[in-house]
Amino acid sequence: MDSGKIDQIINKHNADAGSLIQILLEIQNENNWLPKEALTRVSETLAVPMSRIRHITTFYKTFSLVPRGRHEVHVCTGTACHVRGAERVLEAVEGVTGVNAGETDPDLNFSVETVGCIGCCALGPVVVVDGEYHGNILPAEITKVLQDKK
Amino acid sequence: MSEILLQIDGKEVAAEEGTTILVAAQSVGVSIPTLCLHEKLEPYGGCRVCSVEVESRGRSSVVAACLYPVEKDLVVTTRTEKLDRIRKSLLEMMLAHAPDSEPLLELAEEYGADKDRFEKEASFCIHCGLCVRYCTEVKKANALGFINRGAKKEISFIPEIASKECWDCKECFELCPTSALQAAFVLIEALTAPPQPTTKSCHSCG
Ligand code: SF4
Ligand code: FES
Ligand code: FES
Repeated sequence: MDSGKIDQIINKHNADAGSLIQILLEIQNENNWLPKEALTRVSETLAVPMSRIRHITTFYKTFSLVPRGRHEVHVCTGTACHVRGAERVLEAVEGVTGVNAGETDPDLNFSVETVGCIGCCALGPVVVVDGEYHGNILPAEITKVLQDKK
Repeated sequence: MSEILLQIDGKEVAAEEGTTILVAAQSVGVSIPTLCLHEKLEPYGGCRVCSVEVESRGRSSVVAACLYPVEKDLVVTTRTEKLDRIRKSLLEMMLAHAPDSEPLLELAEEYGADKDRFEKEASFCIHCGLCVRYCTEVKKANALGFINRGAKKEISFIPEIASKECWDCKECFELCPTSALQAAFVLIEALTAPPQPTTKSCHSCG
């Protein structure tokens, strides 16, 4: 990510330490992950210690410190989805993408994450692919959805 | 300065506004156990063994004495069956992480905590934050911080800073209530093999 863009985001928030999370979020959205150089730049210009930035960026799941895939797959393994077969859906997702939960493939095509309840339990099991919700999904169906994104 | 009158374990106490319950209690010789408090550091409220019961305007609740400021006519009780139960459980959970910690074992004795109640998961850290806060607040070196959260939360050194600052300091080591060597271990780990931040997630709760 080029440093001009990072500075632009920082300046938009007047390099205010109080806007740290907002700034990190915008860099994350822009770049899909948070490279170390970006964090160093933020740390220096906002005068926020790196230890604090690492605490925050490892605390919230939105942030990624490693490159993420072009397609983000979130498999809900919350209680409701769990009892409705989320395990098998997750297996199917891992099978078709070749990516285990919490990981990204080397070609940066898929990132797979499990999430704990996304608030639409009645639709369970739920998988969110690039922001699109797939409810009541069967392993075979999600396999098809992801096959098309390969 | 306005003095505030309150009651701690039946004793009338006068304390200045802004004083914590813990300090007010100490002033009349009532001691409350603590684990994450240090005279040089801001109160943190991390360990909760200092929990006390307070009653004000007919409502009672459990608060952390190291943080809670005195209030007019507050009635504080520092030792009740309920508090003993809370402290006991907290100690039992912490002992699963640091089974040989002296301060924990001492308190366990007092509160009848069973150090083997929970399956051992010796991480040697009870997240008291003493080392982290000392590095930040007193040394202002910011070499050390917490990473991750929940069950995965742990201390972590920033290798670039640690390699410059830590060898001549190491003052955080002896603050640790669990074993003086935990910070040492993580420091060596950081300097020899900088751990890559991971994005692995918890399988059951995300
Ligand atoms: S390593 Fe020790 S001092 Fe540091 S947070 Fe953990 S228990 Fe506290
Ligand atoms: S458990 Fe999956 S949406 Fe609530
Ligand atoms: S001493 Fe009050 S929470 Fe630890």
